[in-house]
Amino acid sequence: MRMGMQFRVRGNSPWGRHLLPAALILVFLVLSASQNANALPAFARKYGLRCSACHESWPMLNYFGQKFKDNGYQLMNDHDAPIWQNASYWPITLRITPFWSRESTNKIAVDTAGGGTGETRLTTTGFNLSGLDILTGGTLEKNITFLLVPSSDETGAFHFESANVRFDNLLHSPWLNVKMGKFELDSFISEKRTLTLSGNGGGYQLFHFIPVGDGNIFGQLGDNQLGVEWMGHSYNDRTRLSAAVFSSTDGNVDLPYGQNSYTAFLAGSQAFGAGKLGVQRIGGYAMFGVAPTTYLTSAGVPIPGSGLGNQSFSRYGFEGLFYLGPKLDVQVFTQHGSDNAWFGACYGDIISGTCDPANNNTTGILPAGARNPTWNGAFVETHFVWNPQFTIFQRSEWVRMSQQAFATNPSNLGDIDNYVFGYRYNPFMTSRAGFAFHNEYSWLRQRGTSPVTATDLTGNSLMLGFDFDF
Amino acid sequence: MNTLKAAQFRVVFVHVVLAALCTVRVVAQDAPDVGPHPHQPLKPMESHIGHVTGHAKDAKTDYRRYCAGCHGDQGDGNGENAVWLDPKPRDFTIATFKCRSTPTGTLPTDQDLFNTIGRGVTNSNMPIWNTFTDHQRANLVAYIKTFSPRWEKEKAGDPINIPAEPPVTIESISHGKALFTKLECWKCHGPEGKGDGPSAATLTDSKDQPIRPYNFASGGDDARFKCGSTNQDVYRIFMTGVDGTPMPSFADTIQPNDAWDLVHFLRTLQVHRHSKENDVLKAAGGTIPPYVDKAAPSIQPASGAAGGGN
Repeated sequence: MRMGMQFRVRGNSPWGRHLLPAALILVFLVLSASQNANALPAFARKYGLRCSACHESWPMLNYFGQKFKDNGYQLMNDHDAPIWQNASYWPITLRITPFWSRESTNKIAVDTAGGGTGETRLTTTGFNLSGLDILTGGTLEKNITFLLVPSSDETGAFHFESANVRFDNLLHSPWLNVKMGKFELDSFISEKRTLTLSGNGGGYQLFHFIPVGDGNIFGQLGDNQLGVEWMGHSYNDRTRLSAAVFSSTDGNVDLPYGQNSYTAFLAGSQAFGAGKLGVQRIGGYAMFGVAPTTYLTSAGVPIPGSGLGNQSFSRYGFEGLFYLGPKLDVQVFTQHGSDNAWFGACYGDIISGTCDPANNNTTGILPAGARNPTWNGAFVETHFVWNPQFTIFQRSEWVRMSQQAFATNPSNLGDIDNYVFGYRYNPFMTSRAGFAFHNEYSWLRQRGTSPVTATDLTGNSLMLGFDFDF
Repeated sequence: MNTLKAAQFRVVFVHVVLAALCTVRVVAQDAPDVGPHPHQPLKPMESHIGHVTGHAKDAKTDYRRYCAGCHGDQGDGNGENAVWLDPKPRDFTIATFKCRSTPTGTLPTDQDLFNTIGRGVTNSNMPIWNTFTDHQRANLVAYIKTFSPRWEKEKAGDPINIPAEPPVTIESISHGKALFTKLECWKCHGPEGKGDGPSAATLTDSKDQPIRPYNFASGGDDARFKCGSTNQDVYRIFMTGVDGTPMPSFADTIQPNDAWDLVHFLRTLQVHRHSKENDVLKAAGGTIPPYVDKAAPSIQPASGAAGGGN
């Protein structure tokens, strides 16, 4: 309770606390009054195209941008090789988002006056900063391309979000492109390029969903992975196919988990014209792999990289991008997921401490009553592109457990509801820099996961930010 | 779903109102900065591509999103990136187009513009916009036509006839080489077609911008010309010329069979490209024999103007 009061905003007027963001918006409106159209600058500078040519609203790609990416960040217009660039050109973009936000969680564990533990709502407001992305990418030579993204969290701690080299159009065929390194899985609905940024709505829940108490170290569709990928597409990118194999390390370096644990990801999609409605795309994906459930130990401590006892998991679903005219598009994504019962019983990740170190599958005897946790989920994201500078968006997402790891669990334990809406306004549109005023609200509920009473945990976020890159 | 508390509702309310304000400003800003004539209504221009009818009004957003950065909001080729580009973006206000199926000096057909958008323009920054639907491209064609009054006063020219291509023979290649010399193509394109002829450095387009002749020797199997990649496309370029550039039309100068022979010879200048012309040349020993006109004295190549295997 004391923590909650500590963050309480002073003042009698309930409207008073909102004056600051209101003032920010008004200042912004005045400042942008005489400006005109948009940006992802490293490539835009290279090719002299506005950001809007490749982005529905940056960073979300449109069809032309997807084709550009699938060609290995090449327009295929004979100006792709670095030799065409001014020697001073450096293919680098920095992106960061300073913002003000209000974050609220309904139940956090707090010490009570009697020495026990209780739950209370915590609401915090203040100015904040996103992590920094340093995006570098382009051609090393015609048809040999790279992407390197050193990325920091908001404290400045860096890691490599992406680092890969791709050989494009091998044998002069768009069907033969191979890349190796750390890369985003080939879903054309990309979490890396989502328009949503807020604390409770920035990511896709389905790209990271793990059942409550699950010990699988993998299963993260949304995290970039270390592996190799073949990708092929038709000349006009209507048809896209890809297959990737990667280590079941969830993108972590130094092989910290299994001795021989791999995962495969397959994706395919087909686009087709629908007259005045635009180009529609439908597709599907399947990810299946194995991850360890037992480790060698030394003095009782699990040894990284010694994982054995591989057990399986899978994720698959449908994805679609539908244009309902030039201003409105709808993204639909579904998933059916399943983890092996061992993971459901929290065997697996004893390296990073997710599971009790005692849960080391040395006996091969499954805990009584354990069964495969399975779930279904979907989200629908809508973008209303009023004009290339102004986009209103919403996303509604639901995850429902269809089978708990133990029959004794509540049937809805871990179910998620997530709703996000907001708008994004680019006060100018050029090929040199991108700047967006971003305002978003999100609400998230997960069933039965509050820390003390195991009741529903809800949170909401409100953010106003300046998202910029250059 | 839990109900939002009053304070949360107020937060949302304030921002929804401000979002509405923002929207009003965005919409108010939208109108004046787009379109060919900012303070005039858009002309009700149409295009007709097969069974698809394009409407200029429906291309307003796409033009702004994809085209205006180079071609400019006014279609005058002065978009914000134009200063960095070489060659410069097309100026739609003068309605002079390089890639046409129509005689020199005439307006292109809607299909010509439609094809150019989908094909892109090699050796320039114009991408291959084959991600558009046919409707989008047709709408953009109609929109482009609003920039020049020529489209209201003139009709597009009639597409030229392209006769069937005769077989490739070493004789047709030889004759084409002789024509390459006689018509002085080498003065711009260079004796080996590398775009390094004696006049190359002096060439300018109709807007006095420096322009380079096509280098036939560049590229491999994926080599393309500005206006297509097939032999029919090369033939068409001879006969229609490339308006706005020093490349003239030869429609009044050479006969169709001569033009085909020239096409066959030019293909042999693409030394890194697999082609039936190069196969015929290779089968003939890799050397183009001197052309002997059975009806007239043979044409002797000018000094230094030898192509192909000489």
